[in-house]
Amino acid sequence: MSTRFQMRDYSLTGPENAAARAKGLASAEWYRCAIPRKRMKELMQRRDGPAIRDTITWFAAIIGSGALLYLAWGTWWAVPAFLLYSVIYAGPSDSRWHECGHGTAFKTRWMNDVLYQIASFMVVREPTSWRWSHARHHTDTIIVGRDPEIAATRPPSFLTLALNALHIKNTIAELRRVVLHSLGRMTEAEKDYIPESEYPKVFRAARAWLAVYLAVIAACFAMGSVMPLFFIGLPSLFGAWLHLFFGLTQHAGLAEDTLDHRLNSRTVYMNPVFRFMYWNMNYHIEHHMFPMVPYHALPALHEAIKADTPPPYPSCWAAYREIIPTLLRQAKDPTYFVRRPLPGAQLEPSTSFAAAPAA
Amino acid sequence: MSNAGWIETCRADEIDEEDVLRFDHGSLTLAIYRSADGKYYATDGLCTHEQVHLADGLVMGDIIECPMHNGRFDYRTGEAKGAPVCVNLKTYPVKVEGGRVLVQIG
Repeated sequence: MSTRFQMRDYSLTGPENAAARAKGLASAEWYRCAIPRKRMKELMQRRDGPAIRDTITWFAAIIGSGALLYLAWGTWWAVPAFLLYSVIYAGPSDSRWHECGHGTAFKTRWMNDVLYQIASFMVVREPTSWRWSHARHHTDTIIVGRDPEIAATRPPSFLTLALNALHIKNTIAELRRVVLHSLGRMTEAEKDYIPESEYPKVFRAARAWLAVYLAVIAACFAMGSVMPLFFIGLPSLFGAWLHLFFGLTQHAGLAEDTLDHRLNSRTVYMNPVFRFMYWNMNYHIEHHMFPMVPYHALPALHEAIKADTPPPYPSCWAAYREIIPTLLRQAKDPTYFVRRPLPGAQLEPSTSFAAAPAA
Repeated sequence: MSNAGWIETCRADEIDEEDVLRFDHGSLTLAIYRSADGKYYATDGLCTHEQVHLADGLVMGDIIECPMHNGRFDYRTGEAKGAPVCVNLKTYPVKVEGGRVLVQIG
């Protein structure tokens, strides 16, 4: 006899939200590796220097690759120049959005806020809405019905993942929300995690974004060329594959509904170029367990706790050798997931997904 | 030991400068702070955003940052300094006597 599994409702407005709260999974206490307070304070210390250096480097690369695109415009060389510009423009924008959203990139608050607004625009994530969405992601990481940022559902939607490689589905959804917010309205899901006192900020940012988009379109008409769109707008789509590539290593295929980040997050060793573009978010267990540690201290935090975490993945290749087969298997068996080995402990049988047989 | 609402919490030298200590009194949890210039302050110990212990967070100058979502408060006044914290922290009078930090909770 075969059993068809009923897909769980991942939305925040469905029954899984209440179910998670009833199970004690919402706003719960999570496992944390032991670190002496003195060492923790050292790791949490903020500095402006690393982020100033990295931001200048990033913007210089954007300007340099943008100059190549401008010079190549009108020739076939513009194609690789545009792809290079896009990956430099959009690839790191996700990690800058993330770190500045946490307020940990710089020691100086306004620097975090300015880069956050710029990176939010480049990665097409409304600054206020996503700040609150990401706060919920940290409170209830990969808790079904509570976390609005679960990228790989069970079973996975390969169409969604493919569309997100060009940021198409996300951008369409985001632009719809920008228009809605510019009209002074919020979605029902947003009302679940964004307090009403924040709505004016949401509306202001949406109107500012619309103004920029309209200015770019006006520039196209004024110049009689689509070139402005290839500098602002389209790069957010054509460079998105890089932050999807990085982002899927974070949680895809791992446990849901667990209160231990060591079981639902990955730490992956990456090369220095990737770590520059990803701002050390490859240390993802460390980041979720101690989000107040700034990106430049995450390698040191990893050294401090690695004896109490599952083995890190030695490379992106190793991580994807696990992720791809896992997602393919979950397409047929949504109860399957990767069980990470905890140090000195036996693996426990999964109870994190109770599949409902089809009626 | 309490006296007109004052409770003893910790030794003054138990808290480093620009740091915070958790103190529980029955069902009440407090955060005791020592500023960079050696003054002591006390607030409710749980973040008003998601009820996370602030004593696990980072003190920077006059600010306590929540360890979960990086929300910030001015611990001298309890004022919430920006999203995701919107509700101020309750503060309590503090005095130091005989090398011990006393907090008035009643």
